[in-house]
Amino acid sequence: MNRKKLVVIGNGMAPGRMLEHLFENAPDAYDVTIFNAEPRVNYDRIMLSPVLSGEKTFEDIVIHGDGWYVKHGVMLYKGHKVVEIDREARTVRSEHGEVASYDKLVIATGSAPFIIPVPGKDLPGVLTYRDLDDVDAMLLAAQARGKAVVIGGGLLGLEAAAGLKERGMDVTVLHLMPTLMERQLDPAAGYLLKRELENRGIKVVTKANTKQIVGDGRVEGVELEDGTIIPASLVVMAVGIRPNAALAKEAGLAVNRGIVVSAGMQTSDPDIYSVGECAEVDGKVYGLVAPLYQMAEVAAGHLAGDTAKQFVDRATPTRLKVTGIDLYSAGDFAEGDDREEIVLRDATAGVYRRLVLRDNRIIGTVLYGDAGDGPWFFDMLKKETDIAEMRDTLIFGQAYQGGDPLDPTAAVAALPDDAEICGCNGVCKGKIVSTITQKGLTSLDDVRAHTKASNSCGTCTGLVEQLMTLTLGDSYNPAAVQPMCKCTDLGHDDVRRLIKAKGLKTIPAVMQELEWKTSCGCAKCRPALNYYLVCDWPDEYADDYQSRFINERVHANIQKDGTYSVVPRMWGGVTSSAELRAIADVVDKFEIPTVKVTGGQRIDMLGIRKEDLPAVWADLGKAGFVSGQAYAKGLRTVKTCVGSDWCRFGTQDSTGLGIRIEKFMWGSWTPAKVKMAVSGCPRNCAEATCKDVGVVCVDSGFEIHFAGAAGLDIKGTEVLGMVKTEDEALEHIVALTQMYREQGRYLERIYKWAKRIGYDEVRRQIMDDADKRKAYFDRFVFSQNFAQVDPWSERVSGKDKHEFNPMATVTLEAAE
Amino acid sequence: MNALMQNWVAIGSLNDIPRRGARCVKNGEMTIAVFRTADDQVFALEDKCPHRNGPLSQGIVHDGCVTCPLHNWVISLETGKAQGADEGSTASFPVRLDGDTVLLAIGIK
Repeated sequence: MNRKKLVVIGNGMAPGRMLEHLFENAPDAYDVTIFNAEPRVNYDRIMLSPVLSGEKTFEDIVIHGDGWYVKHGVMLYKGHKVVEIDREARTVRSEHGEVASYDKLVIATGSAPFIIPVPGKDLPGVLTYRDLDDVDAMLLAAQARGKAVVIGGGLLGLEAAAGLKERGMDVTVLHLMPTLMERQLDPAAGYLLKRELENRGIKVVTKANTKQIVGDGRVEGVELEDGTIIPASLVVMAVGIRPNAALAKEAGLAVNRGIVVSAGMQTSDPDIYSVGECAEVDGKVYGLVAPLYQMAEVAAGHLAGDTAKQFVDRATPTRLKVTGIDLYSAGDFAEGDDREEIVLRDATAGVYRRLVLRDNRIIGTVLYGDAGDGPWFFDMLKKETDIAEMRDTLIFGQAYQGGDPLDPTAAVAALPDDAEICGCNGVCKGKIVSTITQKGLTSLDDVRAHTKASNSCGTCTGLVEQLMTLTLGDSYNPAAVQPMCKCTDLGHDDVRRLIKAKGLKTIPAVMQELEWKTSCGCAKCRPALNYYLVCDWPDEYADDYQSRFINERVHANIQKDGTYSVVPRMWGGVTSSAELRAIADVVDKFEIPTVKVTGGQRIDMLGIRKEDLPAVWADLGKAGFVSGQAYAKGLRTVKTCVGSDWCRFGTQDSTGLGIRIEKFMWGSWTPAKVKMAVSGCPRNCAEATCKDVGVVCVDSGFEIHFAGAAGLDIKGTEVLGMVKTEDEALEHIVALTQMYREQGRYLERIYKWAKRIGYDEVRRQIMDDADKRKAYFDRFVFSQNFAQVDPWSERVSGKDKHEFNPMATVTLEAAE
Repeated sequence: MNALMQNWVAIGSLNDIPRRGARCVKNGEMTIAVFRTADDQVFALEDKCPHRNGPLSQGIVHDGCVTCPLHNWVISLETGKAQGADEGSTASFPVRLDGDTVLLAIGIK
């Protein structure tokens, strides 16, 4: 099939959604190339506020991971800004000189934040709020816990202000108009919102006209028209956005405020389309996600040959994504002669509801404090329902219609099938219910994966859960313990408890006694059970290698091309010329393509063929190396600094202690990987305060730390306590690790486990209760009898030979 | 016999393959993974996940499926099809037991 070439400029939510529709309806029509000025994949921009406030991480808000682009054969240029469109040659060119030709082109350059043209706007410390880089810059600034000024009291500005406050900054919001969010709220709701923000310690100044941003070399404050100066080390401008239409304009396309497109999203050049915030339809540009997704659907239709699809301007409700503030507005709520209104206020509960009516139909609504009825009002607004009959009770919401108050589930049950549940993704009730039934979905994640409902901003999660309860009955219980996997209804903690209580010592015994629903488990529960049994019955349980992930089965790390990497132990990060020479010889002999120093102070050899692993290990073993277990849910590295041996600041022998800990604890299996470090003084060169377990040496002894993280999450450690001698330090660290080994859920790192059971509880058992500590220590030592066997030398002497060689090599003879 | 003919090749004994595990068979450029389930059924798939070509032979075998070691796609041993919400398929080959001997069929044009 002859595929056409589609080039997309921009990788935001609108083009991402457009491509999803296109791949669904015409998967083979185009070879797709995307140029993204941001150096990353498509993520959910609406969710930047929860990332700023710390409720979510960037990984949580990725819409299309790298795998999606590979799966659909999309060529994605990350960090490539397109600088020229040549309509004659039908090519685009990026800043880095990459040229791509197109049959169809989609411009989705989005928008840029509007910068108010005041003196000082270019000072370092003045930011906008638009993409992840802005969030990262704000988070960096927030670390100093200084003062921040947010200019702009609209949706984005208030979300930024709440997030920065959450991060510990002293925040002032400046807003030009008399009330906050005046485009979405009436003055009464704006007042309630202002009061709520002030209760949270955010200062709000309305009618504030910024004169200039002051500072010498970097931001020091904001000066208002009336001469007031508000000190600030960070200024965030969130006063609005402007369509990015410059590229289209230079290419000679019709441009007004945005790139002018037809209702079919076509620009003035029929082979070029535009979607997203940069596109202008019928004189209007859009910033909320629902209309942008509608544009995406229309453009995808046209690209696939369905020219019937047309963009239609629809009312879109607004919600503020600040935790604890429930606010909803939709439609037109200005006052007027032909309009009536119904208002409900409950001052103590902080509730305000207003409906604007014309001819007995709802044309606008503002809800504050309890916005649960928003979708119901909005549904009637869209359908222009005549509300004359329920007018007296209308303002109380759906639950009060028809006599007795209904419970929330009944209210959802009463919604018609075409009622929109998820506004971001335009998913209606009927679609969710039918997908749950047809595909047999039982978890919220499944429903999100299949319907996209509650997959963007998440405010409709409650409604989706109620629909699940409605459809699945009591079998869906969102508050229930999360089961280990679909093979059982039991959670990890119950399984661990029952393994001990019932004395279950094999995987089949666990599955039989705990009534597993599958015959031999799955790739989620088997590795977990194997770990629990290894940990609980170290002398009796025979490790089941077929229930271990490949890395732990072959004692090396699988790479994306099916080759492996090998990391030998380098005790405490200390090595010698003989060791380095042996590594160099191995690298030469096996033609190992990449050699790299790891973050844990050792050397990684990458790109080794599986068949070669035993021979590589044999050579490394001759030089005295053992496995570094860089692949294991177990003790990985103990990073050290040079300590009192060399360093003029060193207070203790940190290198020696690190090596001692590593030699004592290597080989132990743990729920998730464990990385440690020992620093010789509080300057902390070994970075011990972001490790699972760390030691900071001081003159008077050893400060033991735990529960740090520096991966998906970043978290400084908690202090476990101070001890005076190396022996005590070792005993405390070993006991702490054993406590984690016995209580942690499989794949749960120490920082998550410790947070779950409480830091004080850990301190109580390890620091204060000497008997408990000793018992943990003894159990660890006992289990090490069975764990401290070098897996590499075992395999060099022939164990698990089958893992490393093909079973047969077929040579076909010519068939007659 | 000049159309598609199947050629049964003995590739070894059932006991060469661990239960709930796999071994590889090299066939020219292609690697075929031969799986043995908990109840001693055998299956053969090309050793390539439809997602990103992960070596399926290295995955965890459970209930007639294998979970790819790279990104946890679950592939049916019988059909080679991806399970759950993922879509894709890997080639499967006929395989049978004659006593303890595992026989693999490779099509020859």
